[in-house]
Amino acid sequence: MQEPFTLTDELRQSILGREGVPTHLDIEKGHVKRFAEAIGDSNPLWTNEETALQSPNQGLTAPPTFLRVATAVLPEVPELEPLNRLLDGGSEWEFRQPVYVGETITAVSKITSIRQRNLSVGPAVFLQSETTYSRKDKSITAIQRSTVILYSEPED
Amino acid sequence: MSEQLYWENVTAGQELPILLKTPSTQQLVKYAGASGDFYQIHYDKDFAINKGLPSVIVHGALKSAFLAQLLTDWVGTRGSLKKLSIQYRGMDVPDDPLTCRGIVTRKYQVGNDCLVDCEIWIENSQGQTTTPGTATVMLPSHGSIV
Repeated sequence: MQEPFTLTDELRQSILGREGVPTHLDIEKGHVKRFAEAIGDSNPLWTNEETALQSPNQGLTAPPTFLRVATAVLPEVPELEPLNRLLDGGSEWEFRQPVYVGETITAVSKITSIRQRNLSVGPAVFLQSETTYSRKDKSITAIQRSTVILYSEPED
Repeated sequence: MSEQLYWENVTAGQELPILLKTPSTQQLVKYAGASGDFYQIHYDKDFAINKGLPSVIVHGALKSAFLAQLLTDWVGTRGSLKKLSIQYRGMDVPDDPLTCRGIVTRKYQVGNDCLVDCEIWIENSQGQTTTPGTATVMLPSHGSIV
């Protein structure tokens, strides 16, 4: 039998604050349209230029959760590989500015919290990360905080 | 689109108009393609079962998108979504009708911003809340029109 996974203080400190590689996403009109269709959201603000121009945003914008598309690179944590199962625990978004079609958004993820909890399936690690989405001028359009739960496959 | 909602017309305890979604496996594939989330548990049944899941499951982020739509539909073209917090408590499977609901919990102003807090959630066909959350929206105010 394998040793159960233990998150030591040393390991915790080395993982905390780790950043992922920044990713850049061009907000393309066709992509936003495909995304809106995929989620089944027919709001004219995302696809109808005329309505969008007359709205307070004065231009086409992406649905709020479109930014998820840019969350490609999470910080690497190979130390947690023994925990081979992953559950998405949820997420929290703060939308500061609309995201316009035609602009480029940069996303950077950082690990902000890591703690161990023993669940019925065995030891699990709750990993919290924060992703900042910003424009070329460095202004922040949104911040997303998410939690993933990592655990090992139960032994037979 | 329905008529624009104003902050003055909102009261605590008010229910948001219901949004119904029944994601098919095709919708999950479309979402995978559009979002770039190609984790196989969302479209490969054998892979999902092998991972201990009942079947392919609905992307958590797709459910977030449904709840975001519940709010952006409600606030109209002149309102906006400011905060959205979602917990993935239970899994949802394709072809199960999902009801997105919300209720106003608080109405307040911060500076000139007219804000409303809501409790939001997704119920499956068994009436279980699989995806609870909270949100803050900003609405236009009759008082702000000069």
